[in-house]
Amino acid sequence: MVRRALSIGVAVGLYGVSFGAAAAAAGLSVPQACALSLLVFTGASQFALVGVLGAGGGVAAGVASAVLLGTRNALYGVVMADRVQVRGPRRIAAAHVTIDESTAVGTTAPPHLAGVGFWWAGLTVYVLWNLSTFIGALGAAAVDTNAIGLDGAVGAAFLGLVWPRLTEARWVALGGAVLAAIAVPLTPPGVPVLVAGAAVLPALVRRR
Amino acid sequence: MLLTAAGCFGLKVAGWSVPSRVLDGPVFRVAATLLPVALLSALVVVQVFGHGRSLTVDARAVSLAVAALCLWRRLPFIVVVVAAAAAAAAVRAL
Repeated sequence: MVRRALSIGVAVGLYGVSFGAAAAAAGLSVPQACALSLLVFTGASQFALVGVLGAGGGVAAGVASAVLLGTRNALYGVVMADRVQVRGPRRIAAAHVTIDESTAVGTTAPPHLAGVGFWWAGLTVYVLWNLSTFIGALGAAAVDTNAIGLDGAVGAAFLGLVWPRLTEARWVALGGAVLAAIAVPLTPPGVPVLVAGAAVLPALVRRR
Repeated sequence: MLLTAAGCFGLKVAGWSVPSRVLDGPVFRVAATLLPVALLSALVVVQVFGHGRSLTVDARAVSLAVAALCLWRRLPFIVVVVAAAAAAAAVRAL
């Protein structure tokens, strides 16, 4: 269980390098990139924020899309609170390391190992994610980020994040993409991503 | 940045502290699982084809194609990202 948690942590840590680089490409300083990883600590939201800022979008649009992307962590918290007993101040720490990876390890572990898996995965990812953000931001700050194709890499990172979900939710994905494409010429930068959130409405209506 | 941190952290704490039935309703469940899919797809489009307030096709589209190919071949995330960056860099260097 610990080994599994560690290997996920290492893989995500490598991906933190690309976040650090993406943040630098969007014009954030090294301390800003590191602060995001320390305080926000949920990869997709961080990528969304720097993606919107890098495209020239407003801060409000960037924050809104980042927070909307973070809604799933609330759901993860519900699931994990049910499986892992945490009391007092440690609940705050548990909440902070509630992310895709720690929840995945925690929920797929046998019940008596759920806590071990959750904490090891969460803390390993936290340490390596922050280290690698620093390395990525520092590295990218030193070179011309477009010449080495980093703007293309950010799009690839988003595709990689959504890829595992494409089989079950391909219509939502397509809807989001089409809505965003329509909204780009019509709205200020950053807003198209929020408009795309409307792609979930048909599914919500159907499920009521 | 602090707002993003507060919002994302607040959501995590909410999940751990509220009685499970509040956030466990079917509507919230569907929204929380599908919203990231819609937003990430939109981010792909904006990041790859966006150019201010217009859509263009340039080296980044090649990156996207390379990334899709890598993902389809089930290559690790870091390989996907590096290959995509290399593709855009190569197209620009031509």
